[in-house]
Amino acid sequence: MFRYILRRLLQMVLAFFGTTLIVYALMFAGQGDPIQALAGERPVTAAQRAYLTEKYHLDATGVGGFFYRYFDYVKNLVQGDLGESLTGRSIGQILQQAWPVTVKLALIALAVAILFGVTAGVIAGIRRASIFDNSTLLLTLLVLGIPTIVLAPLAQYFLGVKLQLFPPTAGSNPTFYALLLPGIVLGSLSLATALRLTRTSVAENLRADYVRTAKSKGLLRRRIISVHVLRNSLIPVITFLGVELGNLMSGAIITEGVFNIPGVGFNLFRAIKTEDGPLVVGIVSVLVVVYLVSNLVVDVLYAVLDPRIRYE
Amino acid sequence: MQVRRLAAWTALPLAVTLGLAACGSGGNGGSGKSNPNAAVSIQIGEPQHLVPTNTTETSGSQVLAGLFSPLVDYDAQNKPYEVAAQSVASSDNKVWTIKLKDGFTFHNGQKVMSDDYINAWNYGAYAPNGQGASYFFEKIAGYDDLQSVDPDGDGPKAAPAPKAKTMSGLKKVDDQTFTVTLSQPYIDFKTMLGYTAFYPLPKAAFSAPGVLKDSYEQAPIGQGPFKMKGTWQHDAKIEVERYDAYPTEKPKVQGVEFRIYQQLSAAYADVLGDNLDVIPTIATENMSSAAADLGDRYKTSPMSSFQFLAFPTFDKNFSSPDVRKAISMAIDRDEITKSVFKGSQQPARSFVSPVLPGYRDNTAGAAGNFNPTEAKKLYQAAGGPAKITISYNGDGGHKDWVDATCNQLKANLGVDCVGSAEPKFADLLTKVEKKQPVGLFRMGWVMDYPSMEDYLGPLYSTNGSSNYYGYSNPEFDKLVKEGSAAPTQEEAIKKYQQAEDILAKDMPVIPLRFGQNVYGSSTKVKNVEMDLFQRVNLVKIEAVS
Repeated sequence: MFRYILRRLLQMVLAFFGTTLIVYALMFAGQGDPIQALAGERPVTAAQRAYLTEKYHLDATGVGGFFYRYFDYVKNLVQGDLGESLTGRSIGQILQQAWPVTVKLALIALAVAILFGVTAGVIAGIRRASIFDNSTLLLTLLVLGIPTIVLAPLAQYFLGVKLQLFPPTAGSNPTFYALLLPGIVLGSLSLATALRLTRTSVAENLRADYVRTAKSKGLLRRRIISVHVLRNSLIPVITFLGVELGNLMSGAIITEGVFNIPGVGFNLFRAIKTEDGPLVVGIVSVLVVVYLVSNLVVDVLYAVLDPRIRYE
Repeated sequence: MQVRRLAAWTALPLAVTLGLAACGSGGNGGSGKSNPNAAVSIQIGEPQHLVPTNTTETSGSQVLAGLFSPLVDYDAQNKPYEVAAQSVASSDNKVWTIKLKDGFTFHNGQKVMSDDYINAWNYGAYAPNGQGASYFFEKIAGYDDLQSVDPDGDGPKAAPAPKAKTMSGLKKVDDQTFTVTLSQPYIDFKTMLGYTAFYPLPKAAFSAPGVLKDSYEQAPIGQGPFKMKGTWQHDAKIEVERYDAYPTEKPKVQGVEFRIYQQLSAAYADVLGDNLDVIPTIATENMSSAAADLGDRYKTSPMSSFQFLAFPTFDKNFSSPDVRKAISMAIDRDEITKSVFKGSQQPARSFVSPVLPGYRDNTAGAAGNFNPTEAKKLYQAAGGPAKITISYNGDGGHKDWVDATCNQLKANLGVDCVGSAEPKFADLLTKVEKKQPVGLFRMGWVMDYPSMEDYLGPLYSTNGSSNYYGYSNPEFDKLVKEGSAAPTQEEAIKKYQQAEDILAKDMPVIPLRFGQNVYGSSTKVKNVEMDLFQRVNLVKIEAVS
């Protein structure tokens, strides 16, 4: 097990540098004129253009320029310096401020998905073809059909502005309560998927041989479901939720924008808009690490849930 | 479990009904008693910088307007009057004597002196500092000595250090007086002094002469009605509180929280929920419901923005002024401002903004009036091209009106017309600079200070900073130059107007629309006023308890 984790960690280092190279190359290739993007529609003075060009090595172009700038970036990265955004802010500091709130938001969303999705999925799986099962099917299809870009403003307008159950936006340093509505909106999609996944899995396992055996042994129904069915049904759900944690963190661009939460998605959106290459690469690199770690955790959890799986 | 999920879904239709029922009852903010001990909140975007000479966008300028007090401000006729200055005078419009008003102190207690202005302006003009607003100082004598040219353009070599660090045109007379010598007489210099770039900087801002402290912009020290409360909290907010030693008109609120939003629609939802007090710009997507949502808290006021279509001079298809006039005549401006912009912008038929002294209605003459039959006749006689392209940047919400304009041209001129989107304005400019065929392209302009010269110079002069389309008319350049060197405002305006008449003949661009501030406020504030630069007047706003 220990060797397995070590091997995975070493692979992660390679994967990390590989992705930074690809993302850096993509940003480099797609870069128009970041100085003009910064100035909007105003004319840029020659002095300012010269100053920014010099400061960010924007004059290094072509293949040679790319490797010059990439290695410069990696050199600083290894020393823990993520560089500066085009407005002169330290990217390390931007990320330091952005991550905690995004992590909080993603955890709330994940908690909502587990609490409601998995529980409802188990109930629907046990009472297959009941009214509950059918109505959750309908609702999940509905939720899966509505994109966040519609759901988020709708929830904000009705629950935040009209009914005033929640604050319309969360802002900086939000309370748990202010993050609840964005968390629910963000988690609703994972909730629906988790629900469908759990339901199918539970329904299938209920018909398995070992469940019949357990029944004929005269075990309590509660014990059959909680120990025998649930544990086996959770394997696909855990896989899904593990990957989903990464998705929730990176995919919060819309939700963070609508609810004005200055997190990772909020900064990524701005970085792309202003062609701020270093900032995009910085954010994406950290996202890659999140994905890699959550995948590793999922793989390790497999071994816990399923004794047949052994890692060497 | 079951119950909660179901409850959530019955809540939504219920919410819709309640929401609809609540519609139409909005409004009636701004009654009640003023509360001088309350703070108000105003929406901004994340400023790029908070150093006066490096601030050219609205968000930064809004914050600085609270922290600093300008030498001059503009009255109802948009003419300058002294605020932090006692007097700004010149006998020949070339050597200007600025006398400071007594009693102004920086927020750290330091008395404001003439050196604070001179040092700040020299810092702004010195090229290696890379300040975004440095071009405001280019009229001052000695500015060129602070610039340097990169010997190989974009190449690897760095530009050498400039000859001088201070402008020879700035001279201290005494602690309260200094003179500014311009390289050429300029009648509008006093008007220009109202811009953000001309604020002073305290001694505490510099770590050595000419070197600004890195930490200064995290908590700028100014001499204005408000001082910083804490530091700039990036992406979150900037808080300021009333500065009690401010000598002139004191603010009527205890403090202001500038809250940073990335999306205007999020800020709009907060204003509806009384969670935010002022939104200086209402997004287009909220425009259709804003008047009903906010009632009398939905307001408009004049602003200087100007939208137009430009003809690149390298495209010979449009070289005849008659073709350009015909296209202008075929556009129904009233219809587009009404249907696409819901009246939030005004149709434009002149080349400068109506907020300016010297503005005249309808200077474009017949070309500004919608006349499809005459337009088609003229277009065919002048041999206009059979296909017109209108290029625009796709990130600014321009698609709707460009498409509407194209449809009008199709119907009225019998030509083929397509709107072509570039991802960003910078991409559009690159194409124009490389002389690639873009057809007509959209442009916008917001003035820096209320003078006709601030439109005529940058937009239509041969060397104008925003004249990307390459319009050049020596006669026009001469008149603008004569105007800015004229001894009195009246004579200057006369020259500027003559220059504008030339534009009407040449039609280098098609004026389309003038913008206005469209803003909203919560029920917790009153007396919300906006200036020409999209900033909330922080001294007038009051909190309602």
